[in-house]
Amino acid sequence: MSAAIDYLLHLADNALVLGQRNAEWCGHGPILEEDIALSNVSLDLIGQARLLYQLVAALKGGDCTEDKLAYFRDTHEFRNYTLLELPHHGPLSGYAQSSLDYGTTIVRNFLYSALMALLWEALEKSANADLAAIAAKSLKEVRYHLRHSRDWLVRLGDGTDESHARAQASLDHLFAYTQEFWAHSPADAAAIAAGIGVDVTTLRADWDAIVDAALNEATLQRPAVSGYVTEGKQGIHSEHLGFLLAEMQSLARAHPNGVW
Amino acid sequence: MSANVEAAWAALEELTDPEIPVISLRELGILRDVRPAADGLEVVITPTYSGCPAMEQIEDDVRATLKRVGIAARVVTQLAPAWTTDWMTEAGKEKLRAYGIAPPHQTPPGSNVVRFISKPAKAETVPCPHCGSGHTVESSHFGSTACKALYKCLDCQEPFDYFKPY
Repeated sequence: MSAAIDYLLHLADNALVLGQRNAEWCGHGPILEEDIALSNVSLDLIGQARLLYQLVAALKGGDCTEDKLAYFRDTHEFRNYTLLELPHHGPLSGYAQSSLDYGTTIVRNFLYSALMALLWEALEKSANADLAAIAAKSLKEVRYHLRHSRDWLVRLGDGTDESHARAQASLDHLFAYTQEFWAHSPADAAAIAAGIGVDVTTLRADWDAIVDAALNEATLQRPAVSGYVTEGKQGIHSEHLGFLLAEMQSLARAHPNGVW
Repeated sequence: MSANVEAAWAALEELTDPEIPVISLRELGILRDVRPAADGLEVVITPTYSGCPAMEQIEDDVRATLKRVGIAARVVTQLAPAWTTDWMTEAGKEKLRAYGIAPPHQTPPGSNVVRFISKPAKAETVPCPHCGSGHTVESSHFGSTACKALYKCLDCQEPFDYFKPY
């Protein structure tokens, strides 16, 4: 059962953290339609996270609830890919500041949606019937997310010199983080052995095909990546997750058990 | 069918979607089943999109409606099989059109993701619900709610929502 819980938390935290990140565009989108689109994508992701947290809470029993899992766990307890917690801009350090960059948002959503479209499809056959049911719903949603981000990737990459340069810079920055997609954690291994999870490396060739076709159409260069593989899904995160959680969790922590 | 089950279906027929108040929960395919249980009736509903904010409202509406007609019932949310726009009744689709929302096309037959995405982008014709013209364009994949896309008619110039196949 612990294998299922860790695996489900990884899927749930992915959805919640990216949902929270994308929601930062609410009221700040580059155009009205995209403001609405990103809010809708966030709504889907947070909805998926809720279903998964409800399932984890049921498995854990006791007084565990979806809200406890979302609002009362700390950084090291989150199991999301590091890619998903990064801010909407390129690498900066110290006191450097940057405004939100839509290219980063689009590239990240594309890389993640391409993975999840394949993973949710494979998880429809999970030995855990509840997870299979969530996967079937999420697959329908992620197909629209993939279509949306892929269209914008092509529009930005094959757009103006400025949009091309920024999309390529985002890709160069983010691509190294996708190495974590293919690295197994102990929780993955246990979930795969139990038939609950999917060996994500079996999806890699299909992911490459989706990514390469889109990058080609977008006239973008796929970066060669190597070196450090992030370990967000084992609870080892970048400094950015703490800020994201602080904003997301502060209200629930200031008013525990509040109802509104 | 027990008298209570029939009465419950009849009472629930008046319940409409909170966001689209012209189509009933049954016509939308959200209300899946009403069946006898040990402690009264069990009403089975299924969410549309995972994050649909109307689900709690729908659950409350079902409970309140049955309470008003004196039927004891429990509301059960069921995820599988996943809701699809293909469950929408023809009468329901007609009501959507009359309301100004283009009803969903049939979902494409279960295609695998790689093929789904590598298919050449062929724009589907979505007829304008106002003037019937097929001369329309998509303005955005996402509209006023997650389940709709934003379209524009190039003949009558009216913008409209398209209920996306799901």
